[in-house]
Formats: sequence, C-alpha cells, structure tokens
Amino acid sequence: MTQDIETHETDVLVIGAGGAGLSAAISAAEQGADVAVVCKSLLGKAHTVMAEGGIAASLGNVEPADDWQAHFLDTMKGGWGLNDPTMAEIHAKESPERVRTLQEWGAIFDRTEDGDIHQRPFGGHRHDRLAHVGDRTGLELIRTLQDKAVAEGIDVYQECYVTNLLQTDDAVAGACGFWRQDGAPILFRAPAVILASGGLGKMYRISSNSWEYTADGHAMALRNGAELIDMAFVQFHPTGMVWPKSVQGTLVTEGVRGEGGILLNADGERFMFDYVPTEYEGSVAADEAEADRWVAGDEDARPPPELLTRDVVARAILNEVAEGRGSEHGGAYLDIANQRSADYIMQKLPAMVHQFRELAEIDITEEPMQVAPTCHYMMGGIRVDPETQETSVPGLYASGEVAGGLHGANRLGGNSLSDLLVFGNRAGVAAGEAVTGAETPQVDDSQVERYLAGLEAPFDTDPDRGVDPFDLHAELQAVMEEYVGIMRDEDRLSTGIERLESLQDRVENVRATGARTYNPGWEKCFAVENMILAGLAVAHAARAREESRGAHSRVDFPDPDEDWGNIELTVSMRDGEIHLDRDAVPEPRDELQEMLAADAGLEAEAE
Amino acid sequence: MSTETTQTTDEPAATGVEESQATAEDAVSATTMTLEIYRGDDDVGELVEYDVPVEEGMVVLDAIHWIQANEEPELAVRWNCKSGRCGSCSVEIDGMPSLACMKRLSEYDPETPITVTPMATFPVVKDLVPDVSWNYEVNETIEPFSPAEDADFEFYQEDVERAREFRKCIECFLCQDVCHVLREHDKKESYAGPRYLVRSAGLHFHPEDTADRTEWMKDDAGVGFCNITRCCSDVCPEDIEITDNAIIPQKERVVDEYYDPLRRLRSWLSGLW
Repeated sequence: MTQDIETHETDVLVIGAGGAGLSAAISAAEQGADVAVVCKSLLGKAHTVMAEGGIAASLGNVEPADDWQAHFLDTMKGGWGLNDPTMAEIHAKESPERVRTLQEWGAIFDRTEDGDIHQRPFGGHRHDRLAHVGDRTGLELIRTLQDKAVAEGIDVYQECYVTNLLQTDDAVAGACGFWRQDGAPILFRAPAVILASGGLGKMYRISSNSWEYTADGHAMALRNGAELIDMAFVQFHPTGMVWPKSVQGTLVTEGVRGEGGILLNADGERFMFDYVPTEYEGSVAADEAEADRWVAGDEDARPPPELLTRDVVARAILNEVAEGRGSEHGGAYLDIANQRSADYIMQKLPAMVHQFRELAEIDITEEPMQVAPTCHYMMGGIRVDPETQETSVPGLYASGEVAGGLHGANRLGGNSLSDLLVFGNRAGVAAGEAVTGAETPQVDDSQVERYLAGLEAPFDTDPDRGVDPFDLHAELQAVMEEYVGIMRDEDRLSTGIERLESLQDRVENVRATGARTYNPGWEKCFAVENMILAGLAVAHAARAREESRGAHSRVDFPDPDEDWGNIELTVSMRDGEIHLDRDAVPEPRDELQEMLAADAGLEAEAE
Repeated sequence: MSTETTQTTDEPAATGVEESQATAEDAVSATTMTLEIYRGDDDVGELVEYDVPVEEGMVVLDAIHWIQANEEPELAVRWNCKSGRCGSCSVEIDGMPSLACMKRLSEYDPETPITVTPMATFPVVKDLVPDVSWNYEVNETIEPFSPAEDADFEFYQEDVERAREFRKCIECFLCQDVCHVLREHDKKESYAGPRYLVRSAGLHFHPEDTADRTEWMKDDAGVGFCNITRCCSDVCPEDIEITDNAIIPQKERVVDEYYDPLRRLRSWLSGLW
C-alpha cells in the first residue's frame, strides 16, 4: 500500500517554516544532512512574519551594562521561576551570536549612531535589548532565513499539511500528510523529525494568531508519546485591537509602549501606576515625571509601568474594563500621539500607522488607539532536552513556540524571536549530528493505512457523520473563551473540560464535502481535532494548578502559592486519556542559583 | 464563465449595522452585500453570487470567511495574518489586484455586487487560489546576499533607509499580477517581474553586499521588458515606488554597463548607479 504514496527519504524532516523551522533546517544542512522542510502555507508566510518588536539579545550596543546574566535573570523573573534554567541560560548566552549570524546572512537591523545594531527597550527587560527592524522585525527575519534556505538548496514542500507522525518501535520514523493543492497523500521517511509547527492560538476567538496556529505539533506529539509541560500558561497579549470587530484581536505591538505609549482609562487616568506588583516595585518609575524622563532617555530613570510584563498589563486592562472604566469599545486607550511627534511615530512604528489607518480609520499620530487582551502565545509546549531539543520520543525534536520550558509562566516580549533562532539552531545541529550514518527507517504499513483511512474518513457519507468543522471550531472557541479564558476558576474549568470532551466525541463525526483539492472544510477537520486535544491539555493543567502565577489567573486562588513555585505540570496521553503528573522544575546549577539570589537581594534593597 | 448560480432575494435591511455576530440567522436582519466569487479551476469556472451580512469594519476577506463558514466550506482562498503583513490573500476585487484583508466592504457601492477573482496572471488551482510557484523559481535565479569576507557590518541608519523601501515587500505578487508584460504578454520566460527587481534592489542597497547582478538584470530578469507604465507601483500595498526606485535604476545600470561606454566609465568612477 505504501508504495502507491508519493514517498521521500530524507535525513532530517522539519515541520514548519517559521523562524524555528528555517533556523533548524539551515543548521541541520550545515551538518551535512539532507533536509526537507514542510509547511502548511507558502514559504515566507509563517506566523513569524507578524513579529513586530524585535529580537532580545544582550548585545549591549545601547546599554553596555547588558550581559547574558542580566538577560537570564529577566527571563527567569518574567517566567515566575518556572523556566527551565538551562534553557534560559543557553538562550541568554547564545542569542547575541544568533542575531549577528542573522546580520551576516543579510538582515538589516536599525542602527545606533556608532553604526552598530540598535536595541530598543521592552517590557520586563532591564536594559535596551531588542534588535529590531522598525516594527517589521519578523518580516526581515523570515525573509533572511528564507533566502538563506533557498541559497543552501534546502527542499521545501509548500502548502503541505502534516497530520501524522510515524514511529518504528519507540523512535520516530517520519511523517505523513497531504498536499493542499491536490489533496494527494505524501510520506516522508526520516530518522529525525523536528517539530517547529508554532502555537495553538486559533482555539481562542480573540487571537492575534494566523490560521496555521492549530496545535498540530502539540497534538501529534501527545499522540506519539511525547509530553507537554506548562500548558496552563497561555499568553494573552495586553494590546490587541478591539474595534472594528472584524479585526478584534489583531496585535498592536508592545513597541508602542516601548516608544513611550501610555495606557489610559475612560476617565483619562494613567492606571498602570496602580497595578505594580510588589516584585517589580523597585524597578518601575515611581511617578509620571520619572516615566517621562525615562522616555526622554534619562539613564537614571526607571521605565514606565506600561512596560511591566504582559500578564500584569493584560490583567490591569481587564480590571479597568470590569470596574466600568473601559474605553468606548471595551478596552483601554493606548496613546502615543501625545507622547511623540508624528514624524517619530512614522519612523518607529510605520506598520502600526498603516494598520490603524487602513483597518480602523484611525491616525495614531493624532488620536489614541483602543486595545484589549488577545490570545498571543503558548508558553507551554513539548518537553525537550534543554541542550538538544530532543523530546522523550527518540529522533523527535521540537523548537520554537511548540516547545516548552524556556518561558515558564510568562514570556517576555522579544524572547520569542531569540528562542526561534537559538533553539531552532540547536535542534538543527543536534538532529543533523544524530543522523550522521543513520539508516532511513522502515515504515510500518499499518500506521500508513490508518493514516490514509483517517484522511478519507470525513468524506464518509454515513448520515451519522454530519458535524460541520466550522461550527465545531466556533464552538471550541466559545468554550475556550468562556471557560478556559484569562480569568479562571475550578467550576468554569470543570465545565470547560466536560464541554471539550463532548466536542472530542463529536469531532469523530466531522464531515467534509466535495473533493480534496484545496478544501478548507476538509483541512479544518484535522485542525479542529488537534485543537480540541490541545485545548483539553490546557484546561486540565489550568484546573490542576490551584494558584495564580504569570499568565495563569485563578479567581479562586488569586495568589502565587509557594508550594507550586517549582512544580511543572506534565500532560501525557495514557490509553487515549489525558494524564497529568506533577514534576519538579529542574534546579538551576549553583552559579545560577547564586545569581538569582543576589538579584532578588538587590531588588529588596532597592525597595 | 459568468453564470450566476446562487441568488437570494433578501432585501438589504434599512437600519444600518447590527452589533450581533454575523451568522446565517442574522443575514436577514443585517445589511447585506453581494459578492460574486470565482468558483472553479484553470479550465472551468464561473462567478457565483453570495449575499453576506455586513458588520462595521468588515473587509473582503471577512466576507469570504463568512461564506466558507456558512455556505461553502470548500471555497478556497489563501490567507494568514489578516492584517496586511504576510501578503497571502492577494485577489482581484472588481478587477483591481488587492489584498482581501485590507479592503473594507464600506469602500464599495452596496448596491453593486463586488466581484472577487483570482490573480489572472497565474494558473488557477481552485477558486481564489492561483499557482504562484513560478515566482519561487524566478527567485532562485538571483544571486543571494554576498558580503565581503572581511565585512565588518558597521553601517548607519541612512544606509538602512536606502534599502528599507525594497525590504518592506511582503511578496503578495500583486505587482507580478498587474504587470502587463506578464499578464497580457505572458513573458514569464523572459521577464522576472517587478517583485524580483525589488528584491535585487534590496540586495544592491544592502551596505555590505558586493555582488554585481547587472548581467542577471539584463539577461535573466529582462529588465528591458518593463516599459514604465507604473501599474506595479500603483497596486503595491506597501507603497513601494517599484518602477521609479527599483526598476528604472536597474535599467540605467544595464544601459551603462552594456550600451554606453562613456556613462559606463563615469558610473564606474562614481561607484553609483
């Protein structure tokens, strides 16, 4: 049966062509491996293209005091200590080199007056740290990697949807999927597979994520025996557009606040000064005058509270709305017009100017924006070895948003692009080295047959099979918003799990019509099934975690609980059911422990 | 190919926009607009009419998504970011090459159906999805970024600004679509099209690039085929002055290099285009 299917043999198969996938592919190819990259969209359209703010790396070009230690400490603090300390260390140490490599591959970053890469401030980073390209950093990053991959001659399979991983014994043996343009199945035999499939934000209605973010990697990993960690921690970016409704959720870059934008409620109050958590009291401007001095470039001033971490700002906006001080369309006002000149805004935030002018008929150089939280990023993901990014399934690697560990309970802005570059590279190098001399694995025909039957199933004309995938997706989004949203409690989460389980029953009978050729309804059948499974992982982890920490807010347990301070929840599948384990977060090595303790001590002193 | 197969008789409601979420049930009460969308492949197809309930701020892509979710789950369209950043949802709206995510329905006359068709310059895969693979083949002919071995990557914001215009390109291929050398004359064998002259300009203006792509411009890209109608600049969603700032300078460079010894000498001396 398998010989009828278009089959490719490769050393390393990379699933996903965003920043992580392309980095991994280039690095694996540099090890001498044959590499194939598969992506659901056209090359160059992955969600990385949307990244606006920049890449966090302690180059120290603007503030020479910055170093990897400072970046490590900021990342750990932003992640509420749940970060894998080795990943956080590797990330902080290697990101400057990855940024320089990107520059050597042709990326043109904004410059300092000395002709070096300029760095901008961002929430939670104590120094100006984000290398950037106006507010189009993601576009420059993906185009640079795309051009590099093309120049390296890496095979790219565009508009190809991978739905199943293949395994021989315990190890990964490849993957199969279908060409979207004609629906024909395609099979890859490979001793190493790197999942770089991005996030899961399309399970929420209000989301900044593109259609591709359907948890395919999370779901495939679970089904094939890998583990997911930190799944309770879904990042809601504080500033998504709220109006018009058709663009609700579209991202407004944190760069607006980095450039001096302030948040106001309906009464015109700059409310973020009222929401400074005790942990950050010493590191935020005491009043508007100090914040203004910081914006003007005073190195002794501390940054404004608008640049607190995303979890804090998102909750503050929600609270203002809940207490009746929301903006006209139910958010907060974000004002840059009165903080910076029109020319400055045009130069620093051109994409934002364009976005608001075209989509909301608002000139942000003249009037404030309205913003509210939008689902943006998954901190949790597949558990990986911090050095190699290999999962618990031999030969299966994960990097980028689909992997967990680096960000803990909350990700700092700018740490995503650096994550992609650092751990995409690490996964590529490790996989490339591991496959040297490896044989192409044999593929088990029964797995392939099951896969082929699964592809055809939605076209079954059995009258019981009548569930519309678009309806099911809309219901999933409603359930996630209502019961597994930003503010959570046990009752809601339990109801959410029940609803998700019922959706899981119904997805068995999801139906497609017509032919396989570029058929969005048919493709959505697989995407919705993946999102429901990953949604259950989120809901279970959120219910079990009886505390509030980072992006996870429990109304019934509103404070962080020390007993949870070093616990990560691990989700796996056992006999087709979601299973939860409490595991200890890896301890930082001694040197890192001392750094963390000293940093905490310094802050206590500052207060 | 213009049979209208679906026709509903719902009258547009007289009372403005409803706040409720657009669903099939709301269709009667909300303001509706009619879209005529190409359904079919490269050989056979037709314009099919759909009535879509309209909410304030809706863009053409929202209307297409409403049709997918409520009437035609098989309707094929490319999209990703839905905010004008990725260049996926390129179509022709009333014949005008456009990003479907950036065109608000309120820009169009509510009494006249809006036609949405795939980019005409490329073969149709299905409905609004064209086969754009030719573009990726052209891209591979361009010599990639080539810094000097000892490049120090020290350069300044004014250098960045010179390259930036061309690096804003989101590869939507609308310029390729509208270019009559490709669209009417189908010179894909001879002419790379505006997108790739923008890319070579972006590489040329990279402060550390050392490659000379003049021969590529002349022979592979066929820059001489452009006769400066500026249609590409008109449709560019990123407002890149493609003809004036990317194509004409490359035409001049080819002329300097191959056809005008005096200017070639002058150019060589000044080190400028």
